Amino acid sequence: MEFPVLSVIIFAPAVAAVLILLLPKDRQTEPKVLAAAGSFISFVLAIWIFLAYDRGAGGYQFVEKVPWFPAIGSSYHVGVNGMGVMLVLLNGILLFCAVLISWRIDERPREFFALLLLMGVGVFGAFALLDLLLLVLFYELVLFPIYLLIVNWGWKPLREYGAMKLTLYLLLGSLVAVVGILAIFFTSGLGTFDMVELEGVALPVSFQRTWFLPIFLGFAVLASIWPFYSWSPDGYAAAPTAVSMLHAGVLKNVGAFTAFRVAVLLLPEGARFWMPYVVFLMVMNVVYATFVALVHTDFKYIIGFASVAHLGVVLMGFASLNELGWSGAVTMMFAHGIIAAMTFAVVGMVYDRTHIREIKQLGGMVQRLPWAAVGFIVAGLASMGMPGFLGFIAEVQVFLGLWRAADLAPWYPVIAIISAVGIVGTAAYTLRALQYVFLGKLNPKYADLPGTSTLDKVALVLMSAVLILGGVFPFLVTPIVQSGVQSVLALLGGA
Amino acid sequence: MGGETVFNAIWLLTILPELLLLILALIVLGVDLALPAERKRSLGVWTAAGLVIVLLVSLLAPVPEEAAFGGLVRADPLGRVFRAMFLLGGVLVALMSMDFRPLRQDGPYYGMLLFSLLGMCLMAVAENLVMLYVAMELTSISAYVLVGYLREDTFSAEAGLKYMLFGAFTSAVMLYGLSLLFGLTGGTGYMEVAAALREAPFSLAMVGFLMVLVGFGFKVAMVPMHFWTPDVYQGAPTPVTAFISVASKAAGFAVMLRAFRFIFPSLGGEWVALMVAISAVTMTLGNIFAVWQKNIKRMLAYSSVAQAGYILIGVAAASRLGIAAAAFYLIIYTVTNIAAFATVVLVSNLTGSEDIESFAGLSRRSKFLAWGLMLALFSLGGVPPFAGFIGKLILFAGAVQSGLIALVVIGVLNVIVSLYYYLNVAKVVFERRSEEEEEPVPIPVPSRWVLGFTMAAIVILGVLAAPVFNWVWRASGAWF
Repeated sequence: MEFPVLSVIIFAPAVAAVLILLLPKDRQTEPKVLAAAGSFISFVLAIWIFLAYDRGAGGYQFVEKVPWFPAIGSSYHVGVNGMGVMLVLLNGILLFCAVLISWRIDERPREFFALLLLMGVGVFGAFALLDLLLLVLFYELVLFPIYLLIVNWGWKPLREYGAMKLTLYLLLGSLVAVVGILAIFFTSGLGTFDMVELEGVALPVSFQRTWFLPIFLGFAVLASIWPFYSWSPDGYAAAPTAVSMLHAGVLKNVGAFTAFRVAVLLLPEGARFWMPYVVFLMVMNVVYATFVALVHTDFKYIIGFASVAHLGVVLMGFASLNELGWSGAVTMMFAHGIIAAMTFAVVGMVYDRTHIREIKQLGGMVQRLPWAAVGFIVAGLASMGMPGFLGFIAEVQVFLGLWRAADLAPWYPVIAIISAVGIVGTAAYTLRALQYVFLGKLNPKYADLPGTSTLDKVALVLMSAVLILGGVFPFLVTPIVQSGVQSVLALLGGA
Repeated sequence: MGGETVFNAIWLLTILPELLLLILALIVLGVDLALPAERKRSLGVWTAAGLVIVLLVSLLAPVPEEAAFGGLVRADPLGRVFRAMFLLGGVLVALMSMDFRPLRQDGPYYGMLLFSLLGMCLMAVAENLVMLYVAMELTSISAYVLVGYLREDTFSAEAGLKYMLFGAFTSAVMLYGLSLLFGLTGGTGYMEVAAALREAPFSLAMVGFLMVLVGFGFKVAMVPMHFWTPDVYQGAPTPVTAFISVASKAAGFAVMLRAFRFIFPSLGGEWVALMVAISAVTMTLGNIFAVWQKNIKRMLAYSSVAQAGYILIGVAAASRLGIAAAAFYLIIYTVTNIAAFATVVLVSNLTGSEDIESFAGLSRRSKFLAWGLMLALFSLGGVPPFAGFIGKLILFAGAVQSGLIALVVIGVLNVIVSLYYYLNVAKVVFERRSEEEEEPVPIPVPSRWVLGFTMAAIVILGVLAAPVFNWVWRASGAWF
């Protein structure tokens, strides 16, 4: 038997979480070390599958299949194509960085790290599973850790509200999608939840048109699609730093990627019928969220709305229904994941030391927190799509993809133009935040602010390196993404 | 009946668990007389250990498939699934009672518990209207006594009286319905009644159905026969509340599923439409009222009404998948709700309060207890990886298969509402601080067992549901 690398990636954090909960009550350091070890194993193995994935062969690799619930045709079936590899890698990087960033947590560290790792388990599973039933199970597995994390370790004034809103929104979206999945299960008549088998079935066109919207929008709630986005800025503002990082960085991608895998790939006719209209919601994501970010003065809300806008770009890439757009969307998911996590990490570093998030009350932080400032600049440049960073490659592909989708509906090129203009807004709010928080005069009461810790620096360097390497050497990322997209397109008969 | 066998020794095998329950009850009452007062707490162990033996016998002993005692009872596989469910609930409740101060040394209490269980087991296998009624009355009358067992406590006494009055009323309505069915068909066996009912006037058959439904509805706490739940759940001794919320409800569903499948198939679409409506109203009202509750037992009462609504989804689906899903969900619900009530017993022992606020700081006082309650709440709310998620998923699947999409959508919305109040309790347990939070909560051994078992079951059924569901699924095959 081959080494079950994907299973180890998925469950190493779970094992660490269980070990942490078994520790005696008074331990402070051991939970962190165990969490770092568990997430590091996944991180290293994620890099390994990124390197070992056979780009020439394409398709699903590292496949494992074990019966799980044979009576209803569900099995533990994992495997990744080029898209999945990138997302597993992303979660590997971010989970590890989130553990490092959280080293200062001293309030009940056992529970904190165990729940954080469980969240990571859910995300890994949702990226790698090829069985719809277990996919949903892992998708929703993140719900209870995330609620408890926000409500216990979050920002006091908002945490109860933010946690409840986020949890209920996500559960509602996913349960609506689950009803659709059950409908697919019974309509296909195959008696299986296996996505690989279901991808080969052409479901009746009228069925596809009926169920596309509930399934796509249900999952896209987690990708903060307009108008179901409002949980996102509130939830992030309320959440502790590591949770914001993971949620913005990977969980939203779980929503977008699952919406794509289930709704677009299993119901392609439905997608062709509805996407030209759904794409307007995504335009609202970009335009509306960018405007709000331009005027908001709370550092964390600005980042939260930026993430809503970026997810609009991701979803648009999927909505273009062509190779270029899909490659762009996956690259964008990866880039946005790192960008969002980095910026949330920086916000956390500033807030933990000053307890202020109002950007106009900050200033001159570059003098005390130069590493955080540089990290913010790197992430900001990538976020505004500056050439030389990964965000640029992603956005160019998405907009070109939209441009080429004119055969779907005549307004696609217009949408490409509107959204590209939104990038200017990104530059404006990023620079505005940079100016207020890091430049200008340092408030004298912050003169003795403690600097960033070594672990913070490790996390920032790691994430910056990925953004820059990916941007300067696109051949590291693009071929593997494209191999994934092509294998999916081949399935749909070159659609 | 003339030429038939009057008695066949093999029939005793069919009701072997019931016979053993009767013997066990007598043993417990006898031991109660023999034991000195300070050692009477061990009666719980006697009861639980005896029930485990009965449970094993009921699962392993060979059982004839055909009806026994001239068609009074039939221990078919699904009936035996239900029987095992009640017995499991009984074991856990008996252990839980050992840590409930007012009751734990009371021999007749354990005896009454066993008599009620005996009635439930007969309900699960009854295939005759008279047998059904006698079994239900045995269950109910023992349960009235159990609810009002704390005579000194006015809440308990009031609850007992309410439960009895409401129960007597619904029982009378049901009895009238049964007599109507007998009058229409001239028989009392399910098969005879069903056959004759096809010829009977539809309206009269429907009236009979509705009246019988009143009796079942009381047992499962479905709207509009749910009015007793909040007061009775709050007033009854907590282990009894747990018992009524799981075993008694499951018994109600056992007779409901069997009666609908075998007596009323000729009523067809009409009763399905009715059950869809009742299911939707039951879960919605249960969940909405639960949101406002400040007392945890009242909240769990309304939550149990809502849970009955979910299970009615499977009843309304009226398919093999629907019935199997309902039975499977009841197993999950049994372990989940008992976990919740076991934590309530321990916390209220200590704080003397059953308010949700009194759970503040629990996670700092006892990790074990906090996680026990947490797992139960998340499972009731349908959050993976806990059992309630997979249970609801299969219920919804049954309804989707039968084309009841609208009911599933209502179910989904209800799950969201329910998660709101379950999470609010989780928040109090985990986030809220209290002044006594440094004081640890002592967890006696019986509760340790109950919580350990139920927590493990909640997680294991959640991630590896297949073997148990397959068992239920195979059992449901006998009905189709």
